[in-house]
Amino acid sequence: MPDMVLRLKDLQTHFFTDHGEVPAVDRVSFSVGKGEVVGIVGESGCGKSVTSLSIMQLVPSPPGKIIGGEIQFKGEDLVQASPKRMKQLRGNEIAMIFQEPMTSLNPLFTIGNQLQEAIRIHRKVTKKQARIQAIDLLNQVGIPRAEAIIDEYPHQLSGGMRQRVMIAMAMSCHPDLLIADEPTTALDVTIQAQILRLMKQLNEENNTAILLITHDLGVVAELCDRVVVMYAGQVVERGTMREILKQPKHPYTKGLIRSLPKLSEREQKLYSIPGTVPRLGVGQVGCRFAPRCEMAFTRCFQENPALYELENGQTARCFLYDEIEREGHPDGGKTSIGSKGT
Amino acid sequence: MAAYISRRLLMLIPVLIGMTLITFSIVHLIPGNPAQTILGESATETAIKNLEESMGLNKPYPIQYSIYVTDLLQGDLGTSLRSKAPISKEIWPYIAATFELTLFAMIFAVVIGVNAGIISAWKQNSWFDFLAMLVALIGVSMPIFWLALMEQWIFAQELGWLPAYGRQNNRDPMEAITHFYVLDAMLHLDFSRIIGILKHLILPSIALGTIPMAIIARMTRSSMLEVMKSDYIRTVRAKGAGQFLVIYKHALKNAMIPVLTVIGLQTGVLLGGAILTETIFSWPGIGRYIYEAINYRDYPVIQSGILVVAFIFVIINLIVDLLYTYIDPRVKY
Repeated sequence: MPDMVLRLKDLQTHFFTDHGEVPAVDRVSFSVGKGEVVGIVGESGCGKSVTSLSIMQLVPSPPGKIIGGEIQFKGEDLVQASPKRMKQLRGNEIAMIFQEPMTSLNPLFTIGNQLQEAIRIHRKVTKKQARIQAIDLLNQVGIPRAEAIIDEYPHQLSGGMRQRVMIAMAMSCHPDLLIADEPTTALDVTIQAQILRLMKQLNEENNTAILLITHDLGVVAELCDRVVVMYAGQVVERGTMREILKQPKHPYTKGLIRSLPKLSEREQKLYSIPGTVPRLGVGQVGCRFAPRCEMAFTRCFQENPALYELENGQTARCFLYDEIEREGHPDGGKTSIGSKGT
Repeated sequence: MAAYISRRLLMLIPVLIGMTLITFSIVHLIPGNPAQTILGESATETAIKNLEESMGLNKPYPIQYSIYVTDLLQGDLGTSLRSKAPISKEIWPYIAATFELTLFAMIFAVVIGVNAGIISAWKQNSWFDFLAMLVALIGVSMPIFWLALMEQWIFAQELGWLPAYGRQNNRDPMEAITHFYVLDAMLHLDFSRIIGILKHLILPSIALGTIPMAIIARMTRSSMLEVMKSDYIRTVRAKGAGQFLVIYKHALKNAMIPVLTVIGLQTGVLLGGAILTETIFSWPGIGRYIYEAINYRDYPVIQSGILVVAFIFVIINLIVDLLYTYIDPRVKY
């Protein structure tokens, strides 16, 4: 295992709403190594964005609050970090880009103003130096006519160009970790490929670790070394990109991969996982995915499954991989009492 | 930018024509003979004929209107029936008085209102927020004449700190140059007089500025809260910016766009409709000028007074529209 840049341990971010407490991020653990690209995959509302905002300590509060767990960034626990320390880290050592390039830049300031600001918050440079650096950054992310673009306003650029500006801004202080929250979702397919290639290039050139949040397994296949699959606020499966895509273990991951459209099987009706993501609540019993799971058996509704380690380092939150279940048939709920699933 | 400004100026023309049509119609919308109405019940036939002759009331309407507009374009606002003086000369001190009062009232309203709104949004649901919004609610609901009278009673009558009415100490009047008294006192290099005139401005400015202040505070707060939720604010935070940079640079500029509209409208309202405040504080402004003209049935003054107020309102709106293009680069028609 390489040096870890980021290690989440049992992170819990809950939202306190009028309808009760919602565990948006429920004991999530995973790690990102130096220069590694890790993908978090899941449907909308599974807690992947809240996880990323928790790392940045930017969860809107109220109603959100980190109520437990650790976020180790280069050995420092960000949950305990002071607001002042977080300001030093944000944009400097941890940077973030967002889903909506159209609304993520302030419409009233020029590209240059916003880029130079990102540099000058963390580096003691003159305005002139910052401008030179900003033009340099724009060139690096492949923006043509950087000297002219720098004085333009966001509305004068296309979505792809704005996302490049966002990436340039994120890369301005050479962060160790870049969090990309659905960076290509709002873009055209051809532009998506360009942005992904650009991120890959920055990852390789600067050795910046990337935490990529996406619902698109195609994007994962393109970029990621390892994958974390999330469902309803929990990690349900972890493994390398190859393992997850070739031999998914959790029924949810299997469903996700089955629901990818394949060009070769045109006649077949596109598969979709039945049902919808459940509403989250505190103290729910049973596997969160059980109501939608084709493999579910009695135990799935009575106990919360743990993350079971498999031989190759892959993990899955499913009783199918509990030793007791594997010995017998995967339908005998009676045999499971007293198992280690918690 | 230049194209936008010139188009915006062209749009003024139909507005101005509409305004003159309305003010022109005032005299003719009164039931009966206008000359008779002006002169009263006991007027003689010859007196009425003479007045009709001198005012051109015996000519057909289109000709009367074209004469009216031609006069206006030459800066001739007509002649006051009461003082027999040209209105264009007579009206200026009143306009200056109203301008000066409005300026100070709006400075009070904007400085307090905008800052209270920002802090309320920043510290949402704090005691400051509740207190500020309570004051704002009282501010918009309070009858202004009552506030004005309370101010006079407390600060002039009981405490004796500030003068109760007028623009300056009338026992020792100053020679007017521009009729903006603060400016005039500065031109006279008379420091104690500047203080005196500012003291005269305090109570009426607060009375007049209270409603705009409350509206601006509430508008700023809701606008700021809206902007603080936006994606680009999250981006600025993700860059590691401190609270001050987030609020006073990124959020405020965006939040000010709707607030600017309110400031413009309120300024226009104050310039035209401060009759109550001007009456209570004996402030010789345009509102009082028109009010007195109505009492004396001085129709040319009513016409021209309304026209001038409407014109100022239109100009303020023009300025606000031009300010938008300065603040928001996306505004290009």
